Formats: sequence, C-alpha cells, structure tokens
Amino acid sequence: MSALIDLASWACLVAGGIFCVIGTIGMLRMPDFYTRMHAASVTDTLGAGLVLLGLVLQAGITLVTVKLLIIGMLILFTSPAATHALARAALTRGIRPLLAEERRPPSKP
Amino acid sequence: MFAAAAAALLVALALALTRACFGPSVFDRALAANTVGTLAVLLLAVIGFLTNRPEFLDLAIVYGLLNIVGTIAVLKYFQYGSLGDSGGGGERKAL
Repeated sequence: MSALIDLASWACLVAGGIFCVIGTIGMLRMPDFYTRMHAASVTDTLGAGLVLLGLVLQAGITLVTVKLLIIGMLILFTSPAATHALARAALTRGIRPLLAEERRPPSKP
Repeated sequence: MFAAAAAALLVALALALTRACFGPSVFDRALAANTVGTLAVLLLAVIGFLTNRPEFLDLAIVYGLLNIVGTIAVLKYFQYGSLGDSGGGGERKAL
C-alpha cells in the first residue's frame, strides 16, 4: 500500500513538473500577450495542483498536509485574481488582442 | 524523485525569467513575475521535502502572500499611474 502511494505521488510530482515546463514554454512561444497569459494559467492550475498533490501524498495526514492545502488554496484563489487584474490593466493601457483575421494573409479565394 | 520535480521547476523558472527579460511590454514582465512567484512557492515546498525540513512550507506561504500583494500593487501602478487615491476622484493620469 505504501509503495502504491509512493508511485502515485511520484507520478503526480513528475506530471506537475512537466506541466510547469509546458506552461512556461507556452509563455515563451505564444504570439501575443493574451495568449501568453492563457499559457501561464497552465502553470498556476495543473502544475501547482499536481505538485502539491504529490507532496500531500508523501506527507500523509499531518500538519504538513494542512500547510500544503493552505498553499494550494492560496494559489487557487490569488492566481485568477492576479490574471484578471493583469488583463484589465493591459486592456486599459491599450494592448489589443491579436486577432486571427490580422494574422492570416488574404491569399485564399 | 523530489530532485526531478525540483529540476523541472528550475527549468520552468529559467524559461519564465527569459520571458521576463525579453518581454516586449511591461505586462509581459508582470505576468512573468507572477509565474516566477508561483514557481518559487512550489520550489520552496519541494525543497522542504527534499531536505526533510518542513519549515520551508511556512516560507512558501509567506512568499505566496507577498507575491499576490506585489503583483496587484505593480498592476495598479501601471494601470492608473499612481498607487493611491490622491483626492482626485479616481481620475486616470494619461501616461
């Protein structure tokens, strides 16, 4: 049973790390600001959630688990608020989203 | 296996720092700073397990709280041009 929990926890940790890297690669390669923000949300939800879930499975039912859950709730509540404020500030300051019609050249009939 | 997760988080931190360096607008840099904060919280938690010292989780909580306050303050500054209401009735300074 303990080996099974270890296996699940390692799988969660590795998957969370991979999702963090995927989110930041998307943040590096996406074409405009709003799509970069969309890619960064992968890190905040799946990456953080899976890494913290893996740590919770390692810790068992102790005070450490309570602290990990506090960190998880903190990230889950503050990351949408920060993203919302970021998008609103960018729209206020006049950064327009890159639309599909502007990127595609009108070559097709 | 904690070491693998910590290495992945370090790679993600390096990529986010690259976006923070090359970001064309200030909002890209704010976004990258927010992501760096989230990744630093996760890295602190993983390091706490890696070195078997659970005190790092308290540091992670404090870092998360400071991260949200800093991000909101920076965004408010760059949106309105000031941090507080100086009696102007919510006017926006045209920077």
